[in-house]
Amino acid sequence: MARIVMDDLHKVYPGGVKAVTGISLDIADGEMIVLVGPSGCGKSTLLRMVAGLETITGGTLSIGDRVVNTLEPADRDIAMVFQNYALYPHMTVYNNLAYGLRNQGVAKPEIERRVQEAAAMLQIGDYLQRKPRALSGGQRQRVAMGRALVREPSAFLFDEPLSNLDAKLRVQMRVEIRQLQKRLGTTSLYVTHDQLEALTLADRLVVLNAGQIEQVGTPMELYQRPETLFVAGFIGSPAMNMIEMAYLRDRGAAPTTLPGGTDLVGMRPDDMLLTAPAAPHLSLNGRVVLLEPAGAESHIYVSLDGNDQPITVRIPGLPTMNEGDPIPLHVPLEALHPFNTASGRRVSA
Amino acid sequence: MQTKRMTFSSRWLPYALLAPQVLITLVFFVWPASQALWQSMLREDPFGLRSTFVWFRNFERLFADPHYLAAMKTTAIFAVGTTFLAMGVSLLFAVMVNRMLRSREWYTTLLVWPYAVAPAIAGVLWWFMFNTSVGIVPYMLQGFGYDWNHRLDGTDAMILVVIAAAWKQISYNFLFFLAGLQSIPQSLIEAASIDGAGRMKRFWTIVFPLLSPTTFFLMVVNVVYAMFDTFGVIHATTEGGPARATNILVYKVFRDGFVGGNLGSSAAQSVILMAIVIVLTVIQFRWIERRVNY
Amino acid sequence: MVQNDRFGTFLAHLILILGVGIVVFPVYVAVIASTHAPGTFLQGVMPLLPGSHAIENYSEVIFQGRSTAGAPPIGLMLWNSFVMAMMIAVGKIAISLLSAFAIVYFRFRFRIFFFWIIFITLMLPVEVRIVPTFEVVANLNLLNTYAGLTIPLIASATATFLFRQFFMTVPEEMLEAARVDGAGPMKFFKDILLPLSVTNIAAMFVIMFIYGWNQYLWPLLITSDESYYTVVMGIQRMVTGADSEPLWHLVMATVVLAALPPILVILFMQRLFVKGLTETEK
Repeated sequence: MARIVMDDLHKVYPGGVKAVTGISLDIADGEMIVLVGPSGCGKSTLLRMVAGLETITGGTLSIGDRVVNTLEPADRDIAMVFQNYALYPHMTVYNNLAYGLRNQGVAKPEIERRVQEAAAMLQIGDYLQRKPRALSGGQRQRVAMGRALVREPSAFLFDEPLSNLDAKLRVQMRVEIRQLQKRLGTTSLYVTHDQLEALTLADRLVVLNAGQIEQVGTPMELYQRPETLFVAGFIGSPAMNMIEMAYLRDRGAAPTTLPGGTDLVGMRPDDMLLTAPAAPHLSLNGRVVLLEPAGAESHIYVSLDGNDQPITVRIPGLPTMNEGDPIPLHVPLEALHPFNTASGRRVSA
Repeated sequence: MQTKRMTFSSRWLPYALLAPQVLITLVFFVWPASQALWQSMLREDPFGLRSTFVWFRNFERLFADPHYLAAMKTTAIFAVGTTFLAMGVSLLFAVMVNRMLRSREWYTTLLVWPYAVAPAIAGVLWWFMFNTSVGIVPYMLQGFGYDWNHRLDGTDAMILVVIAAAWKQISYNFLFFLAGLQSIPQSLIEAASIDGAGRMKRFWTIVFPLLSPTTFFLMVVNVVYAMFDTFGVIHATTEGGPARATNILVYKVFRDGFVGGNLGSSAAQSVILMAIVIVLTVIQFRWIERRVNY
Repeated sequence: MVQNDRFGTFLAHLILILGVGIVVFPVYVAVIASTHAPGTFLQGVMPLLPGSHAIENYSEVIFQGRSTAGAPPIGLMLWNSFVMAMMIAVGKIAISLLSAFAIVYFRFRFRIFFFWIIFITLMLPVEVRIVPTFEVVANLNLLNTYAGLTIPLIASATATFLFRQFFMTVPEEMLEAARVDGAGPMKFFKDILLPLSVTNIAAMFVIMFIYGWNQYLWPLLITSDESYYTVVMGIQRMVTGADSEPLWHLVMATVVLAALPPILVILFMQRLFVKGLTETEK
């Protein structure tokens, strides 16, 4: 069990490419932190720096109360679950789990105890004598988890562990990982590019972009109050609609409550209502371009009058209008997200 | 040139791991090759007591020597003949075997084993087949009115060594042609037959062009084989004769160096051969690079 | 596609059977010749059916030989060939695995330089640099030794290149997982890399065993002592050693014995052989 502290971490590759620039983050003991961002944002690099698989070119990293910058991966008291599982194909499941412990010189009965315990926890007890080749994707994933568990490390590192599974299994494993992590209370760092995975797993979410932290917070904080345009666009599906202030002014719909400097207004698809609410709101008119019924909810693609950019609206249930119909939209003023394009940040009052 | 994304770090271990390979390479390759270069510019007096540095005179002499030029021509004829025979026959076999489904494995097994036969043994086998007194082939040729005698007739001798050399190389070419044929998508051939192309037309307009990378690669490999790996074929049978009709370059290097004792000339010949190998290898690598890129 | 071309298939089989017949024929003739009595060959063209002297002929070449005809017994030669083939195959694989491991899994000064030194040997067969290589071996007093027979031939880059290619395809995560599991370089090599390379090692072994067994020029130069002769080079002495017509029944028995081991290796390990052959040339 350990706290992980990153202090101004940098990673510059020998060619001069900067992958991580100045990341500071304090992870509490037992916390589940999810690193999320588009591909190439540096999230995997950061995780691998923590693991000791990439050298740290600047800053300090401590796990527990030790600075571990130059320690070998095996000496950092961490365990890692890899994207493609990285199981040793020539070893049985049992030996895959036991290999690291043997290298540490753990006594045989203790190895046996830990492997059996992890196997029971992950329900892989029946496969211990099989080779990875003979396992399904979900089973391999469990073995990879098991290999991390038996080490009883002070931190788990997950590198997109679910991305090779099909959609259904991914949801199931996501739930299991979260339950397991809560039960063991082990500090965890989890990398993903899937925002749904990120939102559901995280105690705190770290959004990375171009090697830097965009925003850190609980999933709800990030969803409800994105601090940058990048986070606003990245978190939430369908993505937040962005409407220029100039357009609202032309339409005479510009709310006076927004702070000065706002030139772009964000509106979540589920905040765009078809009937006017009692609360103060602004109103827009458009035309339905396409209807997308998706079961419990529907997406309506709307083209606003005098504006080419389509807007997405999310409504519960099935739509009652037809494509081509005119459609009025109402947005409560408190649901507006004011941004400034030049700074790329949220404008606060 | 790449390594892994992550590497081990050790001050001495990589050098220790490389040491055996590098040491053997230096002692038995780099040193002798540079010796050959040095000796190719020396000339020994008739008693082998003194040698003088003569710059490129050995090379000049070689290119003025009708025997050397003849050996070059012989080598060219031998290499081209062997390459065409070995490749033509194995392409035919590969195309035929590729049509088969159940019998493919059987035919492959029956065709791969000559690879295991040493060139020298291949030479002796065919030497025996063509033997003027007990061999079967001259006996049959006599039926056609041809009087076979590779001990006297240079052309006969050349045909004999070409057949022996090509025979051994068929398995190799066959395997690569078969792999090449199998990598051609069936859909292309189906598309061509929908377009109304007959079997022969499909082969010459679709299959053969798509096979050209393999063909080119095999051409280089076969030329290298014929020029350098066939020493045994010649040495165990014709010994370069009759009247130097099968005196190919590698055999001449050996003869002049070991039997003739003309070290300067032999070294110069070695240097020329090395240059040829290097050129052929570079061509081959170009091809590999291209294939990797596609 | 409609493959209902009965005649075409028949023709293909016919061509193949004829072709295979021609390819096999010289070996068939050799086997037949090795079963006849010496007198048979004096009566003109040789017969195409087996004779009755197989056992005498084979036991004669293996155990007695004919010293008058330049033919010492080949039992020892077969053994020498075997030793040479094994030493070359094992030696090449061992040093190549180590150097490929260094080149792929380490970054160090002069790495590229070493790579090219090794790689250049791929280009030059012994045949083109015979005289100076012979002199080196002679100066090292390695003439008429197993070491002289094998070590100079171990320095070829084919195997190094193959293993390098294979190591590059081993997933990065194997190494990373092993590092997290606390394995150092040699432990990783022994516990992970070697077991993963088993198939490639076996394929390489087949190719290199054949290469070693079939060496001709090199043993011819390096050995003058009969107790180091290998069987492939020994045949040449039987064919051209005597001025008279060779003793064909004995020569052919020797040919069969010399060709059989590598042929058996290929037939029993065809899959590995094909893999080894096609992958070294990639």
